[in-house]
Amino acid sequence: MLRLILYRLFYGLLTLFVVSLVVFAATQALPSDPAQAILGREAADPARLEALRRELNLDQPLALQYWSWLSGVLVLDFGTSLSGGMPVSELLGPRIQASLSLMLITAVIAAPIAMAIGAFAALRRDRRFDHSSSMVTLVLAAVPEFAVGIVAILLLSTGGLKLLPAVYAGSSTEVLSNPDQLVLPVLTLAIAVSPPIIRMMRASMIEVLESEYVQQARLKGLPERTVIWRHAAPNAIGPVAQVIALQLGWLAGGVVAIEFLFNFPGIGKALMDAIEARNLPVIQAVTLLIAAVYVLVNLVADVVGLAANPKVRVSSR
Amino acid sequence: MTGSEPMTGTAQAEGDGAAALRVEDLAVVGHPSNVRIISGVSLTLRRGHILGLVGESGSGKTTLGLSLLAHCKRGTEVADGAIEVSGTPLTGLDEARVRRLRGRAVAYIPQSPASALNPALRLRTQLIEALHEWDEQERGPRADRVREVLREVALPDDDAFLSRYPHQLSGGQQQRVAIAMAFAGYPDVIVMDEPTTGLDVTTQAHVLATIRSMTRDYGIAGVYISHDMAVVADLADDIAVMFKGEVVERGAAARVLAEPEHPYTRRLLRAVPLLRTEGHPEPGEPDAEPVLRISGLQAGYGRTTVLHDIELEVQRGECVALLGESGSGKTTLSRSVAGLHTQFSGEMLFDGAPLAHSSYRRTADQRRRVQYIFQNPYEALNPRKRVRDLILAPYTHLAGRPRDPDAVVANALERAALPAEYAARFPEQLSGGERQRVSIARAISTGPELLICDEITSALDVSVQAEIVELLRNLQDEGMALLFVTHNIALVSNIAQKVAVLNKGEIVEYGHVGEVMARPRHEYTRALIADTPDFELSLPDEARTADTQLPEAAGQ
Repeated sequence: MLRLILYRLFYGLLTLFVVSLVVFAATQALPSDPAQAILGREAADPARLEALRRELNLDQPLALQYWSWLSGVLVLDFGTSLSGGMPVSELLGPRIQASLSLMLITAVIAAPIAMAIGAFAALRRDRRFDHSSSMVTLVLAAVPEFAVGIVAILLLSTGGLKLLPAVYAGSSTEVLSNPDQLVLPVLTLAIAVSPPIIRMMRASMIEVLESEYVQQARLKGLPERTVIWRHAAPNAIGPVAQVIALQLGWLAGGVVAIEFLFNFPGIGKALMDAIEARNLPVIQAVTLLIAAVYVLVNLVADVVGLAANPKVRVSSR
Repeated sequence: MTGSEPMTGTAQAEGDGAAALRVEDLAVVGHPSNVRIISGVSLTLRRGHILGLVGESGSGKTTLGLSLLAHCKRGTEVADGAIEVSGTPLTGLDEARVRRLRGRAVAYIPQSPASALNPALRLRTQLIEALHEWDEQERGPRADRVREVLREVALPDDDAFLSRYPHQLSGGQQQRVAIAMAFAGYPDVIVMDEPTTGLDVTTQAHVLATIRSMTRDYGIAGVYISHDMAVVADLADDIAVMFKGEVVERGAAARVLAEPEHPYTRRLLRAVPLLRTEGHPEPGEPDAEPVLRISGLQAGYGRTTVLHDIELEVQRGECVALLGESGSGKTTLSRSVAGLHTQFSGEMLFDGAPLAHSSYRRTADQRRRVQYIFQNPYEALNPRKRVRDLILAPYTHLAGRPRDPDAVVANALERAALPAEYAARFPEQLSGGERQRVSIARAISTGPELLICDEITSALDVSVQAEIVELLRNLQDEGMALLFVTHNIALVSNIAQKVAVLNKGEIVEYGHVGEVMARPRHEYTRALIADTPDFELSLPDEARTADTQLPEAAGQ
């Protein structure tokens, strides 16, 4: 099992390397010159432009530029922000924390609830709860997350009930001290990630409930509670773990729109601002970060999936 | 929980004579179509006796077996009748009370323990669960009872074994665990649903012996569901024959086997292949050149060698059976001959010319002359093609576009004993036996000289199996050579002239069927023959061949 994990880890790192290449190439293709962006109106002076470009190493060949960027990344030095001159890692630090808190809270709340709903729908198969939950999840899955967010704002904040603040007010370092401001973003993200988890859990649970070992457990005369929690659920979770991971991975990118909508000071918002300002080092760092979260979450899901399967767990001990 | 305890006690006090199981006029219907899956079934069974419940697939025997545990599959329910286990009616009980009876009044041994044991739970957990109504004060710790019952089924009882997961056991061990689980709670009735179907004959013999002795020792009434008359004849005290959801014949085993009353019972009995026959007469002196000659063949996967030093000859018009248990390498050998398995070394001559390893390297003519029939007819036919196209595709590919395609199809169907109008059907419109006939028609349409049959009857009911064997025998009379791969020793003497017994990748015995069956030289062959259940058929012999030609009654 340890070997399998190392193996996956290696492939995760390889993926990240490829992503770094793509990210670098993509930022190079952006139709702007960072030096010009920094100087703004003063860029009219070609001598100053040239000097700044040399300072930013923009005159060197691309391969060298990539290498110096990558070697910085390896020691967590993402370069200097083009606006303000702060080191990127320092700039993003608190924002990463804010975004991670948002994601983790969403995951901790959404995943168990979604699994419970899916399992319950499977147990109530073809009854009213099953039909209505499958209808609702289908609709929610089809609506884009920012639309869900806008509806949530309209219903709970500005429009109907004036319960919660519509947008986030405050800095990225005090996210957890304002829980009421977190409710709407978390709710929106939870609604966005849940439908596939619910549907997968339902399908997986139905398959397990139809299996012979569940029938055998019933024929042994076990209480239905034991049949479901001891015999069915552990076998149903394996495939769902993969879906949860994919959804959490999506969350890393999905926060961009939601943070923008709620003006939440996380990496998504930082990315939007950086794109607007052509702030290349920040764009590169955030995209790479999102990719890293994606790879990591999938690795964790693989490990959970393997751990849920005694065949793998025991044989490679 | 302890309130219902005396019930088991009273049942035991009533002694051997009392009926442990009584079923009266039971009917199970399916929803929403309201089809009667079983109807009008009545049975009684005493303690210490085993009832063999025989029937072919779709006869409702599993539905009946499950209803004895008050369990109905999704979309079915008991519509009528009564079931009594040791005097307690099972029908009409609420869920909690049914649950308490299960495992203690009536227990179940599943068909395939590989899928009926929970893959995610250790054996200890699953075995102790079976004792959910166990009174530890009175009868001692559950763990002790689990160890005791494991010893009784000849399994280890140490902690290391109990900590294992099902996938760490062999098929036979898994089935023993399932048996231990059923016997652990001293039930009054045990329902066994074909518990030996997936097992090798040797393992099957051990499992059957365990079941027999434990049922007697515990004084349990056993219901043994099976399609295999030979197994039931060996094991059961009473036999009930099911046909289309009804019990058509019921009585003492000896009587049913000796003087079957119902025509369907007679048909079932005649279809069972007999173990000891003299084999078939030799088709004259062997030709100078055999169709297939294999010498010094080694084959394997990666670095593992699964076949060692195979020597084999097949003459024209001769059937050579390749007999072996799972893992003996018999399928690897047949796939090597067909050019589907390429990792082998040694000499393989077809009609005097060497055969290339891969079928891609063989000439179209060689491929035409060697044809392969697969084990499972449900998977071997493309469900989107009509029978006509299924037969024509290989023909066109190997023998060229025929001038009269309809004649080719009609001829192939006729030789496989299928009506010509089947050409327009899709596979799903055919029964299992008919599908296998289509596979045969497809293989013989190109006029092969060697036909490789890989366990082609193992997925079929006994009566259908007998028809397929008859068909193959006729093909052989037309001069075709057969390589018949099987694990069923009883089939061998019904079809083959020669037999090669494979054990762990080596041919341990090779010779004429009559010779090998009567005087097996190798220890392994002797064990195989001894472990195969057999019964003497007392029906007149002339009816035997005539009746197997009847159209399939159950499959359609």
